[in-house]
Amino acid sequence: MIGSEIPALIPVTYIFFAILIPVIGLWKREITWHLSLLGTGIATFFSAWGFMHLIQTGETIRYFFGGWMPPVGIEFVYDGLAAFIVLVINAIAFLVLIHSKEISKVEFPGKKMAYYTVSMLLMLGFNGMVLTGDLFNLYVFLEISSLSSYALIAIGEKRAPYSAFRYLIIGTVGGSFYLLGVGFLYTVTGTLNIIDMHEMLPMVIGHSSVIAALILMIVGVGVKAALFPLHGWLPDSYTFASSTSSALIAPIGTKVAAYILFRIILFLFGVELIDEQLPVTTIIGIFAGIGILYGSIMAIAQSELKKMLAYSSVSQIGYIIMGISLANPFGFIGAVLHILNHAMMKALLFLVSGSLRLKEGHSLITKFDNSYRKKYPWTMAAFTTAAISMVGLPPLAGFFSKWYLALGTIENSNWLLLAVILISSLLNAVYFFRIIEKVYLNNPEAESPEESEVVEKDEVGFSMMFPMAVMAIGLLLVGIFNAYIVNIIFNMFPAGF
Amino acid sequence: MLDFFMGHYAYWFTIILLAIGLYGMLMKKNLVKKVIGLSIFQAGVILFFVSVAMKEGATVPVKAYGLPVSEVSNYMNALPHTLMLTAIVVGVATLGVAFALLINIYNRYGTLNEEELLDKIQ
Amino acid sequence: MTNRSPSPIILLGTRFLSPYIMVFGFYVIFHGHYSPGGGFQGGTLLAVSLLLIRIASGTKIASLQFKDYLATPYAALGVLIYFGTGLVAIFTGGYFLDYEQLPIPGLEAADLRYWGILIIELGIGLTVMTVLVLIYDNMVKGEDYA
Repeated sequence: MIGSEIPALIPVTYIFFAILIPVIGLWKREITWHLSLLGTGIATFFSAWGFMHLIQTGETIRYFFGGWMPPVGIEFVYDGLAAFIVLVINAIAFLVLIHSKEISKVEFPGKKMAYYTVSMLLMLGFNGMVLTGDLFNLYVFLEISSLSSYALIAIGEKRAPYSAFRYLIIGTVGGSFYLLGVGFLYTVTGTLNIIDMHEMLPMVIGHSSVIAALILMIVGVGVKAALFPLHGWLPDSYTFASSTSSALIAPIGTKVAAYILFRIILFLFGVELIDEQLPVTTIIGIFAGIGILYGSIMAIAQSELKKMLAYSSVSQIGYIIMGISLANPFGFIGAVLHILNHAMMKALLFLVSGSLRLKEGHSLITKFDNSYRKKYPWTMAAFTTAAISMVGLPPLAGFFSKWYLALGTIENSNWLLLAVILISSLLNAVYFFRIIEKVYLNNPEAESPEESEVVEKDEVGFSMMFPMAVMAIGLLLVGIFNAYIVNIIFNMFPAGF
Repeated sequence: MLDFFMGHYAYWFTIILLAIGLYGMLMKKNLVKKVIGLSIFQAGVILFFVSVAMKEGATVPVKAYGLPVSEVSNYMNALPHTLMLTAIVVGVATLGVAFALLINIYNRYGTLNEEELLDKIQ
Repeated sequence: MTNRSPSPIILLGTRFLSPYIMVFGFYVIFHGHYSPGGGFQGGTLLAVSLLLIRIASGTKIASLQFKDYLATPYAALGVLIYFGTGLVAIFTGGYFLDYEQLPIPGLEAADLRYWGILIIELGIGLTVMTVLVLIYDNMVKGEDYA
């Protein structure tokens, strides 16, 4: 019985804990971290159960709110792709919130109750965006998650409120563009339901407002997804936010916006209609390619770890959007697999930077030296795993998603994008191996080893090490068992593949 | 030519509001004026939705005596009005968060002018 | 506006108007499900009646009308009313927010939907009122978070 209620129970869990944390937090301050962990844990459990149920029975759950049937009422559609992404984002949020216990004592000491409430609302917004099957409901959840992320980014250090303000202006304009696009589509088709509109669009595709709506929606959601020219808010916001906020918003936020682009381009319009009047997929592919190269080149130029990871995020989102723009099965598999891989890799990298900031007080790459490999052996091992996976070496997970994307570009005979993938992998290697070299190899200009002081192991505590270890092992497991995961992704294809 | 302007004047007003909002956000130096530009921009989108709901010769979507509900051309389309209630509330919440951020910036830097702010940050 | 406004006209005018605006706000909430009005609009009017006193008479006197630490628990209570109705609908076997399944005895299906919407409008009105008052209180406090 409870298996069919899963699409409603996951957001309701987050609402329940978003109510519980302020009320109990005003009475007892120390219990808020445990409550937020409980909330994310229950939601992860529900999403894992729903995912298992979906693999066994293979049927899509369509959940009608209020008992009203689809074109009239709002529904949540729990199909394969939504189940997969909900599981990924809830699991990553659970691990990041475990890590946040030590960081919350240093970076936002008096504000734990507000922070964890807003993070519950953030996860509510993301889960609602993934699960919903109604275009206007998607706008409401988009704005819920955006407002929460503005608040989370503003709790930070020196420049954080100003970067959050700039992100607010750009993000709200993006949301309004998306709403205007939905308005155009509603005027022409008369419905707001995604499945219903997919059946009606072939009848109205010649109308000029449909192509205007498509452009408005892609630009609007592209602001959130950090598509190339619209990524300007991302580096400042991720750099100055607190480490937990970056680790929550960076792996999850841009992925969910990329998932919305999946829904709009491949499910709502479909591969036959998307290129009718304007070569949309080609244009998005070009922008994604430029974004990949731009992000990698700017990341090489940075001297601070978090800003480098932010530019690296711009580059990696380019891979996912390139996978969407290829519009063939290999590109789809590559993009979905890269959502899983990049969420784990980026969360792990931001958690490592948070741990280093906690222990050292800074995260400037120029000050890294090879005492780190003695002081933080396991943390640096996790960092190395993530770095090798980002570059794309087998058997770690990053290789397989780039492999499927490369197969997708070959199938479309798009040699330019294939060159972009290969060149950017080399550029990734440059900026990650630079850090690994500083940490693991002896500095040739330093004094002789007998004179340097003896440093001892100063590893981070268990609550910070556990999520990093789980994610690093997870990268290895996803890489080894990726054929099994690709088999599951085969069931998620949209119509027309 | 005149019909092109006069027949679609609701859309022209929407475009003018969107343009004024964008001008405010881009060209004004004070951060509060940028937030006001944002609010005007959202008002333009709301105006577009509500203008779509209009039907000729119809009345407001409140049930009146003597006008049967089964004859749909009597009443305006009620759905965009309902959607825009939610959009207005979202706009109010965004304004609330924007003002909280502005107060935080003012407490930290002492000014709300963008040029002075960029000088103080560097 | 932490201090009282020095003009007696403003002080007396707001004290006179505030109860009438509150009554009108309740009227708008209670008539929301079959005529123009509803939770959002009524909640804003209720918030206006509280904010008038806060702007004119200062925070010390306004806390006699509505204490500022009550805002967060009441907002949580409003959301709890809303989705508590939804959860009760799940437990009695329907979908989320399916008012037909609410266990109120003696009413048929159409009347149950009528009363169900009224209950959630009350929750929405309470939350909107307390959140607007909470935004104003936080702006006036002006703490330095640096």
